[in-house]
Amino acid sequence: MKAPARTLLFAAGAAGTAAVFTAGALGLPAFGGAAHPYADRAVEQAVRQGTPNAVASVTFDQRVFDTLGEEIILLAAAVGAVVLLRAAGREDRDDGASLRHGPAEVSDALRIVGHLLLPVTLLAGVYIVAHGHQSPGGGFQGGVILGTAVHLLYLAGDYPALQRLRPIPLLESAEAVAAAAFAVLALAAAGQAATGRVPALNTAVGVEVGCALVLLVGKFFEQALLVRDDGPGGQTHAGPGAATREPP
Amino acid sequence: MNALSLDALSGPLADALIAAALAMAALMATAVVLTRSTVRQAIVLSGYGMALGLLFLILQAPDVAMSQFGVGTVLVPLIVVLALHATRRHRGGGREAGRAGGGDEGERDAGPGGGRGGRGARR
Repeated sequence: MKAPARTLLFAAGAAGTAAVFTAGALGLPAFGGAAHPYADRAVEQAVRQGTPNAVASVTFDQRVFDTLGEEIILLAAAVGAVVLLRAAGREDRDDGASLRHGPAEVSDALRIVGHLLLPVTLLAGVYIVAHGHQSPGGGFQGGVILGTAVHLLYLAGDYPALQRLRPIPLLESAEAVAAAAFAVLALAAAGQAATGRVPALNTAVGVEVGCALVLLVGKFFEQALLVRDDGPGGQTHAGPGAATREPP
Repeated sequence: MNALSLDALSGPLADALIAAALAMAALMATAVVLTRSTVRQAIVLSGYGMALGLLFLILQAPDVAMSQFGVGTVLVPLIVVLALHATRRHRGGGREAGRAGGGDEGERDAGPGGGRGGRGARR
């Protein structure tokens, strides 16, 4: 397709989207208005079910099937990444590539900060999972923190320790078990009283999300740290993305 | 609870705060699009995730903000940087015909140094 035709097509599509979006946005209730029919009912239901965090009540109680679908999406993503990248990694290793052990030079400050922040961040993640039914947070948020926190060890330049901290086969099993536990809990609890159910669901989701993220990021790390002998692998002596991790 | 959220979200000061957060999110999103080098783009994307998380926080959605901080600020840029690193290795080692885009030159010299600059700017 020629460039002018492409621009014309894009302009037509953008104009149509803008028109429909504007029409839809004009039909919405005003921003910050006083009438919240859904919020009123959701909060009332959350209080009746004994879950102070109304958001957790919505995601894990009132609309738990939505969350179940999201969990399965995440599970599918983790399984896909593990299966695809495992095959790719094996091919590379057959070609004579080897695993590099993290960034070669890490300043002492970074090393100390990484090691100090790791336990604090893990504790924060556990707290956010365990306290998710009462305060902001929950299984997904805490799981994300747990799943990314272990990679502070890479930031600290200790890739072998990171590998010991996340035994991949164990995490794969834990991921599957947690996903199954969440599905069973969600299905078994359908139509029953919700008291005490939200913390259990939070825990299952936290374990599942944490394991899935560690698996995903771990597989990507493995790919990024593979070094081919004939390739220009030595061109970057500091590891990839050594600076992108932050304690969430 | 309803009255509380109404009180906190009304008044000229709250309006200014929301407007500022919206403007910052729009600004960061534009910056992501305008960044040419892909590695730098991942770092700017991380900053955009933080601006978006702040917006959610100001709009009183701490749960969503927490997810946004975790996923948008840490996880997605991290995976992007790792994937870029892996593809660059393949492109260099396998002599594959890489995409000759505008971002290639910047991407080569960016690397870890670009990452560190982005981190400093973000702090």
